[in-house]
Amino acid sequence: MTGHLVSVLNGLAMGSLLFAIALGLSLVFGMMDVLNLAHGAVYLVGAYVAVALVADGAGLAAFVLAVLLAAVLGALLGGVLAGLTRATPHHLDQALLTLGVSLVVAELLSIFFGNDVHSIAAPAPVAGSVVVFGETYPVYRLLVIGFGVVLAVAVYVLVERSVLGSVIRATVADRGMVSALGINTGRVLVGVFAAGAGLAAVGGVLAGPILGAQPGLDEKVLLLALVVVVIGGLGSVRGALLGAVLIGQVQALGTSLLPEYASFLIFAAMGLVLLLRPAGLLPAGGAVRA
Amino acid sequence: MKVTTTMERTETVTPEVTRSSPRKVVIVAAVLAVLVAAPVVLGAYPVTTMTRMLAFAVLVLSVDLLTGVAGLPTLGQAAYFGAGAYTAVLIGLHITSDAMVQVVAGLAAGLIAAAATGWVAVRARGIVFLMLTLAIGESVHQVADTWSAVGGSNGLAGMPPISLFGAPLLASGFVYWWVLAVAIVLIAAVALVVRSPYGRTLRGVRDNEARMRALGYRPALARYGVFCLAGAVAGAGGALWVAQARFVSPGDLGFEVAALALLSVVIGGSGSLWGPCLGAALVLLVRDNLSASIDGHGPLLLGLLFVAVVFVMPRGLAGVRRRKGRGKERSS
Repeated sequence: MTGHLVSVLNGLAMGSLLFAIALGLSLVFGMMDVLNLAHGAVYLVGAYVAVALVADGAGLAAFVLAVLLAAVLGALLGGVLAGLTRATPHHLDQALLTLGVSLVVAELLSIFFGNDVHSIAAPAPVAGSVVVFGETYPVYRLLVIGFGVVLAVAVYVLVERSVLGSVIRATVADRGMVSALGINTGRVLVGVFAAGAGLAAVGGVLAGPILGAQPGLDEKVLLLALVVVVIGGLGSVRGALLGAVLIGQVQALGTSLLPEYASFLIFAAMGLVLLLRPAGLLPAGGAVRA
Repeated sequence: MKVTTTMERTETVTPEVTRSSPRKVVIVAAVLAVLVAAPVVLGAYPVTTMTRMLAFAVLVLSVDLLTGVAGLPTLGQAAYFGAGAYTAVLIGLHITSDAMVQVVAGLAAGLIAAAATGWVAVRARGIVFLMLTLAIGESVHQVADTWSAVGGSNGLAGMPPISLFGAPLLASGFVYWWVLAVAIVLIAAVALVVRSPYGRTLRGVRDNEARMRALGYRPALARYGVFCLAGAVAGAGGALWVAQARFVSPGDLGFEVAALALLSVVIGGSGSLWGPCLGAALVLLVRDNLSASIDGHGPLLLGLLFVAVVFVMPRGLAGVRRRKGRGKERSS
């Protein structure tokens, strides 16, 4: 029984990471109508930043540095992607563009870092474990759960309680109207794109000690983020949170209870939600097209 | 590949469906003659490559049916291709090596898989549809990758050579002719659908859904129909793919395959039938031959190709000679 409680904790840690990753994907999708297929590759950039800076069990300073560097690199990539996709109005072209960038980035990473599976150590001060529910549990994962909670609260405050947040929400709902009010929605959109990509790269660093880094991880992460966004509802912060927690649990419990069928379970969860609620569990009002 | 143009003589004005003319009949006959004669002239390796191209072209055709004709850009079609491929290999391993049984079973598997998953996807349009198909395709890929009953990440190998009327097809040329014959039948079938009243309904739904609904059509049902049909075509393509390779692995239904199929459609020009088939051949050539010559960094080249295609050739090969008019995809 306690083993399952540990799985729940693992699910929460996974959910925290998924929330960080899926949020940007969801907001860019909801606001700009762009499906950023390079989102997984941006995550992978973060993971390899962690490989380069903290793979040998470096201290907390190196870890923080990795987080900051990943945030900057991710934001830059996001800015580039925003520029590229704004140059072509067609959805299909945007998907191909981001897919192309994704392939190039992933291939460059594998040229520099090789095709090996890299494991990344948690920073030294938090590398130990504590006893939770009668079993030893890594401290680092508890911190990741804490990060998820902090991120959720911070994003909630930013989006629901600040002026910038109301501009962002309004842009999701009706870009034309916000633009007519004299607000430069283009800048808002690029900013959200960059912030979302930065968050994905940070997610890559934070997930490093749990998932490691290897070629192909970008696809897996993109898939998980997509499923989270689909389940939660496009362009919705609360939807991304709910979807991330749900998928985190489905994955962790599925892996511990039915390892053979874990990948079916995520698929089944998505199918079920979409059959019952085609727009996702908590869709953002204006961003959802019938 | 241009066999389709001989099908229709009474077609009235639909810009993207080219009408047949004596010149086109000659071209189609010439292309067919070259395709049929290829194994006689070429060595085993080029014939093997061409067989792969034909099987891949069938997958691309199914993507084109969705993306070009119905306006539903898909990144999940490799899942149904894979369903057909896995079914054909399983049948080859455990039941019969009869090539016809395998193709029909692959087609049925693609149809069933598309029917089972399609309803979730077809209620969305445009970019949301793309996203859902991507999620479905990747999920199926992960299932194939982890499920030990279908070999997990190792895939399924050791399928005996396919046979026709009891005789095993051992030479690559015979396999090629079989794949060519089936591919031609499938292309002709898709061409018939595209030119049928149902094909018109699909284009109508693509171009103006509200009006079609007002006219009494049911857009979601029309989309579901074409989704199932495209799944069946992709499944048959999967069976053709393994007819030659006699091996299937999760890589055959991965994201990369789906992306390459979509790229082929875009390169070839969505909506045209010959363009995407040509695109399929080009893309496979680039992936298999060119990438080997640059230290296996194929994905790098492909990524740049994706970006270049969008900026340089937004309407594809077929668009180069098509009249201006139809947009590639509309936001809904």
